[in-house]
Amino acid sequence: MSIISRLISVSRRKSPWVCRLNAGSCNGCDIEVTPCFSPRYDAEQIGVELHGTPKHADVLLISGTLTARSRQAVMDIYNQIPSPKAVVALGSCPASGNVFAGSPVVLEGSLDDYIPVDVWVPGCPPRPQLILDGIAKAARMLEEGATKDQHAQSPAAGGGAS
Amino acid sequence: MSDFWRYASAILVWPGILCAAPLGWFALWFVRKLTARLQGRKGPPFMQPFWDFMKLLGKRTVIPTGVSAGAFHALPLIALASVTAALAIVPMPGNPVPSLPGDLVLLLYLLEVPVLCEVLAGYVTRSVYGQISAMREAILSLGYNLPFLASVIALAQSAGSFNLQTLQNAPYGPIHGLAAIGFLMALPARLKTNPFSIPNAEHEIVADAHIEYNAAPLALFKLSHALEVVLLCELFAVLFVPRLPWSLPAALLYLMVGLGVLALVTLLANSTARVRLAQAFRFYWLWGGIVSGAAILAAVIW
Repeated sequence: MSIISRLISVSRRKSPWVCRLNAGSCNGCDIEVTPCFSPRYDAEQIGVELHGTPKHADVLLISGTLTARSRQAVMDIYNQIPSPKAVVALGSCPASGNVFAGSPVVLEGSLDDYIPVDVWVPGCPPRPQLILDGIAKAARMLEEGATKDQHAQSPAAGGGAS
Repeated sequence: MSDFWRYASAILVWPGILCAAPLGWFALWFVRKLTARLQGRKGPPFMQPFWDFMKLLGKRTVIPTGVSAGAFHALPLIALASVTAALAIVPMPGNPVPSLPGDLVLLLYLLEVPVLCEVLAGYVTRSVYGQISAMREAILSLGYNLPFLASVIALAQSAGSFNLQTLQNAPYGPIHGLAAIGFLMALPARLKTNPFSIPNAEHEIVADAHIEYNAAPLALFKLSHALEVVLLCELFAVLFVPRLPWSLPAALLYLMVGLGVLALVTLLANSTARVRLAQAFRFYWLWGGIVSGAAILAAVIW
């Protein structure tokens, strides 16, 4: 492994830029994301930056259940993020639908059926420490090339170079 | 040393890209760290801007549909090249490039190229937010360039030359004070920091003019912004700080003064809220206009 590619993989762990996406959340998880950037938790210490556009992001934070209306938007935004990328699902909703499961507008199954999720952060809502831990885990996976996106892009899987 | 090697070493090594890029990353880290400390946070690690740059280099570029790939890649390269060329002609101590008769005019033109590239980037990428940002940037540049150009032209008029080295060695007068005020007024808008962070107002228009940019082209835009910060701080020091006769202390003094100016700009950014475009424009044409008029008048009288 040449020194440049080694530097690039380390930099993926050191600078995970985050884009936040509410797929149909009750806003509880989003309220817990905000303190991550406050003086108390200060995510900038581990290089996290919050970006409004998916084009600048490495890690996609998705909160809430996937609804019939948000499904296409979530998939579009995931596809707009340049590879390599990781997805962090916040709270119980993306995994199971939580208390909204069975509603006619909420899609069956989990978020993983639609886009590849790398880290699940449990809780309803999860604590800010746990969200930061999830982002840090995703960043480590990006360094090791262990995210599902990187697996799909690797030459062994028939994709291009990551 | 032949002229070719002089220019090559000035553009590539000192004060060009090889020395200015670490300085630019240091400046970006300094601004972010100072901002964090002022807000009671710990702030990013020392190497953070470098890691950001490397990470962006390692990503795959996504070009929006309907955007020409040539223009998408050319704009950040042109911006970076022009800032590097501008750095190479600043008479920093130890700069191997010989002094040219009209290098100040060349420098002023080169300073406008990155702004033009950002405006074009906003329009070319066909994002509505990018277009709003580009429009704001174009209008704002009409505002801040009044005190900026007037202060530099007043200095040139009083020194009787458009040569940077003559300006650097010109005796001090009241004109320097007025010109420094005009220069400092324009600086926050040139660096797009807070009271005038109108083109990159992330709360209103998501991001700046490179909203659709990603991966390596975005990294080059970020690098050219970092170099621009270094360039403007160095230019302030060269124009308004006495040059010490020894090379190394002189370079260090210039860099320290540049850092001090950057600290002042950051302090201002953290203690003010963003103004509207019309307010910013009025500020520059009213108060900036008064300072410009006084500086030019002083230059003509003395």
